[in-house]
Amino acid sequence: MDLLQMKNISKNFAENRVLNDVSFSIKEGEVHGLVGENGAGKSTLMNILFGMPVIQSTGGYEGEIHINGKTFNPTSPDNAMDAGIGMVHQEFMLIPGFTITENIKLNREKTTPTFLSKIFGKRLEKLDLKSMAKDAKAALKKLDMDIDEYVPVAGLPVGYMQFIEIAREIDKTQLKLLILDEPTAVLTESEATRFLEVIKKLSNLGIAILFISHRLDEIKKITDSITIIRDGEVVKTINTDDIEINEIAGLMVGREIELSQKEKDERKIEDEDILDIKNLKVNMPGELVKGLNLTVKKGEILGIGGLAGQGKIGIANGIMGLYEASGTIIKQGKKLLLNNPKEALHSSIAFLSEDRRGVGLLLDHSIEFNIAFSSLEVQGKFLKKIGSLKLIDSKAVRKHALKMIEDLDIRCTGPKQNTRHLSGGNQQKVCIARALTLEPDLLLVSEPTRGIDIGAKNLVLDTLISLNKEFGVTIIITSSELGELRQISDRIAIIYDGKVAGILPPNASDVDFGLLMAGEDIEKVVD
Amino acid sequence: MIVPIVFLVICIVGSFFTGLPGGFLVNEMIVRLSRNLILVLSLLLPVITGLGLNFAITLGAMAGQIALIIITNFTIGGTNGLLLSLLLSTPFAIIFGFIVGKILNKATGKEMITSMVLGFFANGIYQLVFLLMAGTVFPIRNESLLLPSGVGIKNTVDLAGIKYSLDHLIPFDKIDLPFFQWLSEYPVCTFLFTLLIFILMGYFLKTKLGQDMRAVGQNVEVAAVSGINVEKTRVISVVISTVLAAWGQIIFLQNIGTMNTYGSHVQVGLFAVASLLVGGATVEKASWKEALIGTFLFHFLFVISPLAGQNLFGNAQIGEYFRVFIAYGVIGLALVLHAWEKDKAKITISDI
Repeated sequence: MDLLQMKNISKNFAENRVLNDVSFSIKEGEVHGLVGENGAGKSTLMNILFGMPVIQSTGGYEGEIHINGKTFNPTSPDNAMDAGIGMVHQEFMLIPGFTITENIKLNREKTTPTFLSKIFGKRLEKLDLKSMAKDAKAALKKLDMDIDEYVPVAGLPVGYMQFIEIAREIDKTQLKLLILDEPTAVLTESEATRFLEVIKKLSNLGIAILFISHRLDEIKKITDSITIIRDGEVVKTINTDDIEINEIAGLMVGREIELSQKEKDERKIEDEDILDIKNLKVNMPGELVKGLNLTVKKGEILGIGGLAGQGKIGIANGIMGLYEASGTIIKQGKKLLLNNPKEALHSSIAFLSEDRRGVGLLLDHSIEFNIAFSSLEVQGKFLKKIGSLKLIDSKAVRKHALKMIEDLDIRCTGPKQNTRHLSGGNQQKVCIARALTLEPDLLLVSEPTRGIDIGAKNLVLDTLISLNKEFGVTIIITSSELGELRQISDRIAIIYDGKVAGILPPNASDVDFGLLMAGEDIEKVVD
Repeated sequence: MIVPIVFLVICIVGSFFTGLPGGFLVNEMIVRLSRNLILVLSLLLPVITGLGLNFAITLGAMAGQIALIIITNFTIGGTNGLLLSLLLSTPFAIIFGFIVGKILNKATGKEMITSMVLGFFANGIYQLVFLLMAGTVFPIRNESLLLPSGVGIKNTVDLAGIKYSLDHLIPFDKIDLPFFQWLSEYPVCTFLFTLLIFILMGYFLKTKLGQDMRAVGQNVEVAAVSGINVEKTRVISVVISTVLAAWGQIIFLQNIGTMNTYGSHVQVGLFAVASLLVGGATVEKASWKEALIGTFLFHFLFVISPLAGQNLFGNAQIGEYFRVFIAYGVIGLALVLHAWEKDKAKITISDI
């Protein structure tokens, strides 16, 4: 009988359906791989299984979960733990100031009753550090770890922390299923090898393992079977021996390209470079750019793709000076001053931030002011001089806003409406309108369709294409959705580990894209 | 480590300028330590639980004073009065601590400023109750407590009934031996009580609940994922802190012997926090050692600064000014140093 069965699981976040009818099952002692792009729904699925509060607070899920044939309806991590499910999270869930023992036994401490605990209850029982250490030692031993269990976790090598997390999970006596979310992402190669050996060992002990990873070669090497998820649906569940890495990569990414590409040939891409980036480093937490080189041709649409956390978002933020950056950026022969947003705007670069509501818009101001304010601040447009005072020329602002509303088809009650109450797509259009007002020759666009429904998505993308065609604006578009990059870009650079892993034409195969995103060498991919 | 050393140097240099005899200083310090240690200690748990410095121990001090007003109203003095006031202050302190804890849970990340403002706010209610309601809404039996108008508690309440009731609980002066006569000059029992609280605190930190508090203090998320009830743990921490502050304030006032009804509690949070910080504690890390060292250094400065000011500048006011300057300056400096150290821990562009 199957240990875990997930049947027809569906989940909506507001109107957004992130999981649709997902079913799969795991047997005892099986190592099961779960692969998919960012946003495919893997994390949501795991959050459902682990009873994370975020699922309940957004309206629960549909479908059924069975453990050993019994219905299981997790409403908190406690439920999941009681049912024998353990999870090693992507970020370390360890307390740095605590010793290894204290971390392994966190909230499952052994205690002895005392005088005070008899009056005030169980929480005042004294910790039994000796027997806790014994348990910790036993758990570490199962992982072949030989380390002093009294050492604080802070300062240990990253690889050790991962093992300590697993030791904590296997210390739970009833552990039946261990979820590993991207466990090897932070490990060095030798650590990862050792880690994979440990996984095999655990599976021999009868513990089923659900292994989530982007490293396809690992998935191939270690798992017994694989489930591939794309856009919230199961594409395929298959025995690992029956599928090749290339095929996995293809299934993970594969999507039909909706837009025909014939129009593109009409445009002229010049040989001249508009932007030359050398050794760019950007200190954006979670999206570090680590010495990236890239040239952008005048008049092209360059797509930047890659998985979350690899640094693609950091590039545009670094160029605009929003996060600390170093390196050289040459724009049309002139060196761009780094770490200075005003300078970037003066160099005719405009930016549509991925954080539309946070950085992109003044939510409690009117549409017309949102459209005008960047150029008003930076270029001194829409100002009239009265004596030594500079006042906003509201007539000019209004006229311009009305034109933009018509040109970009912004659905609103009028130019005085606050941007907070616009829909995602219309908010994005206001951002575009503001960028246009700056009359840039280079437009950086980050995640332009995030949180926007499908109909509005195409409108935003069409607007970008027409900007490029009619006004000759060079566009660098960063997106997590490979589909939309392939829809509008001339070239697509895939970022891996803060550097360009390779540049592919939009009609390159799904397999090539999948492999590049998983960190394979470009030479290997092109062969 | 640098903070207590700097203050130690200031203390040594300062005491050189006061010209006070060493014996006087030692005596003065013993009295001040016995008065203040429990108040400073009451700050420990919230720091360990990650709430930062709990300025709202002011509310605990109010609970203590409420109890003292009650026993004065019924003219219960001596040891009975002391025990009764400790007992009476506890339920008040638990209720206040519970409310403060609940509010601080809603203000995650801004606990310190919230606790400070709560202290100010509570002071307003306290004044309302004792200025307007005493004698009108609440009948007051002991007329000497009331202002001449018959409404409101007097500015100064005489606590003669319980003065030294803990300090001199063991009647050493009855034993006619030079050693015990000498001992009877000092607040021996208060130190024993303080020692007991210190030991209990050390023991408490080794229990499951203490472990939970440290886990919550270090990383809320990890604690929550491992099933610890974070909010409840934080509330308990604030409640214990408030109760200790109530007791601390009673012990402080039984030594002084008079209570400034509308003033005694106002600076409690500020001085306790400054003491702890002078001892080298930070917003995130504190232990009984820092409480002890800090209380000593801070109050040593307090004793010597007016005289040092007098002798150095010919003006005692400057020393007085220096006291206030130190109290606020220490808190400011400690917070800045803390922020600076946190900033250093961040990755910089050259690390990539």
